[in-house]
Amino acid sequence: MPVRTAYQAKIEFLQILDEHGHYDAKLAPPGTEGVLTDEQAVFLYERMIECRRLDEIAFTLQRSGRMYTYPQNKGQEAAALGSGFAMRKGTDWLVPCYRENAALFLHGLPMHLVFLHWMGDERGNAIPAGVNVTPIAIPIGTQMLHATGMAWAFKMRKDDRCVITYFGDGATSEGDFHEAMNFATTFNVPAIFFCQNNQWAISVPREQQMASETVAQKALAYGAQCVQVDGNDIFAVYKATYDARERARAGGGVTLIEAVTYRLGDHTTADDARRYRNSEEVEAWQSKDPLIRLRKFITAKGLWDDAKQAAIEEKAKAMVAEVVKKSEGIEKPSTDEMFNFLYAQIPEELRKQRDTLRTHSLGLDPAQAGLRAGSH
Amino acid sequence: MPRTEKQIKDGLTLVDAINEALAQEMERDSRVVCLGEDVGLNGGVFRVTEGLQKRFGPDRVIDSPLSESGIMGTSIGLAMAGMRPVPEIQFEGFMGPAYDQLVNHAARFRNRTRGSLTVPLTVRVPWGGGIHAPEFHSDSPEAIYIHNPGMKVVCASTPTDAKGLLLSAIRDPDPVIFFEPKRVYRSYREQVPEEEYTIPLGKAKVLAEGTDVTMITWGANVFQCLEAIDQLPEDLSVELIDLRTLNPLDWDTVCASAEKTGRVVIVQEAAKTCSLASEIMATIMERCFLNLKAPVQRVCGFDTIMPYAKLELDYLPSPKIIVEATEQVAAY
Repeated sequence: MPVRTAYQAKIEFLQILDEHGHYDAKLAPPGTEGVLTDEQAVFLYERMIECRRLDEIAFTLQRSGRMYTYPQNKGQEAAALGSGFAMRKGTDWLVPCYRENAALFLHGLPMHLVFLHWMGDERGNAIPAGVNVTPIAIPIGTQMLHATGMAWAFKMRKDDRCVITYFGDGATSEGDFHEAMNFATTFNVPAIFFCQNNQWAISVPREQQMASETVAQKALAYGAQCVQVDGNDIFAVYKATYDARERARAGGGVTLIEAVTYRLGDHTTADDARRYRNSEEVEAWQSKDPLIRLRKFITAKGLWDDAKQAAIEEKAKAMVAEVVKKSEGIEKPSTDEMFNFLYAQIPEELRKQRDTLRTHSLGLDPAQAGLRAGSH
Repeated sequence: MPRTEKQIKDGLTLVDAINEALAQEMERDSRVVCLGEDVGLNGGVFRVTEGLQKRFGPDRVIDSPLSESGIMGTSIGLAMAGMRPVPEIQFEGFMGPAYDQLVNHAARFRNRTRGSLTVPLTVRVPWGGGIHAPEFHSDSPEAIYIHNPGMKVVCASTPTDAKGLLLSAIRDPDPVIFFEPKRVYRSYREQVPEEEYTIPLGKAKVLAEGTDVTMITWGANVFQCLEAIDQLPEDLSVELIDLRTLNPLDWDTVCASAEKTGRVVIVQEAAKTCSLASEIMATIMERCFLNLKAPVQRVCGFDTIMPYAKLELDYLPSPKIIVEATEQVAAY
């Protein structure tokens, strides 16, 4: 009996705009669905600049002791923006990790909230109503299950919304990635799994993280669609995400998008990447910086020039100054804040603890601290 | 579903009461969905969700993949996006893989987002020993979840309480762990009101009023304590408190009783060290010190791993040991 092939697959790699700014019009004919227009390309380039400047300022704030920890987004702006732009603002949901600032801003998250978060203030996660993003997720990979559950709820409620969730290459080693992919495909929910494969999980390189050739192929095990894209090419990222979103809306299933990119900065401000990676590698990726190639492209098309660059830089500078002012201008939260949001209604015991902290008698029973139940 | 003749005549078991509560709440609120391993077609390994899938369909009573973190994590997403999920973790011993999602996510979303995202879910968990189950099927991990803020923890001991507490839990705006003592599942019947009703979370029940000794317990040990009270001398007046909700705990009821009797025995299945019994002792010491007439006594499981079935009853508090402890406290 001949051995037959039980399953066969290939992984496609999509690149539309290469690092020299060359655009493949055959792959993405202008004016067709899922292809960014000139206007959109310029708009997104401007957002990239803003996000990069914000990133730089966050770094200096941390270095001068004005922010506790910050994970730079530098180098991954195309992945965040291209995917975020493909999701419908106010309708779809973004369930991020922590290197997608640009996408969150695009969906209406006030920038100073991200700064507040990294300054050690929960109010930075107080997402305004109507902004469909969940807070920055620090533990690795856990948010993919939340995204899956949310997408599942939208499907149950016949609500035309999709959910995109972000994570890194390291997160695909977590059990929650596999559990989320399995739930999402088994129940065919409108979810997009967007992996920012930036080659490094703190100090562990991708090839030490997994033996698979690509991250994308992990989707095959769960019956999801998958594609690998040049994550520094905003056209490819947008197209892949747009297609995935339309497929999800039509009930066509889950997509895993692997955006191949690079973390140009350290993992966080508490990390020093020079300890584990060489400068040649970093330099090679610097020339693939998404900002450089998009600028080349819009300049070659006559959409951009030095004067416009100077203008956006000026605008970004003012914007960033405003964000710093806003995030630093807020008063320290009252100690009540520790207690007030644990439950919808504060339990009696917690209320007493809250009151003892008000009188600086931490650790003492309220009765012993001279407080009586019901006095506050 | 109409009650069976047996249910009408002899009353409902804990299993029946929880099943009825789930059915009534699913009927009342279309946001309520049940999900978990084998909860659908099979009706759950303890048959707690029996018949629900047939009645409400596979989209509301969902056989999930075998994946505890997945069940808990997707339930969080469901809850945040407007549903009222009631996930089941098949046995308390399998809560380990779900721990991270429960403690680090379900319990924290409200706080970390200053109330902008909330997680109204109720996770049902068959709990405790006494039914000769295999390993990892008989533990009492409630202290772990009481210790972690942001969740409520309920343990219902009787069918009537289970129904009312479960309905409160599902309607609660915060995550609730609902522990179901397996030992009571089918061992006790009582008449339970047919209509829906709620019992507030955070309120203990005084099962028997007394003046000499306070006995505090929850879950299946309520029945061990009742048996012990039967064996104690009639002139010893015992006040028996079933905590029902373990977090937030009804300290007013506990302390009022401790102040009244001055003698307290706490009975729990869980291991002794750093347990809920420890916390109750500490609080009674803090708040009722001058009223105490004897050291507070604990009857607990041992600080061992829950033994397999053969030694199970040697590990669990028995009426005999509860009697001894109570007599000691009374005579001090």
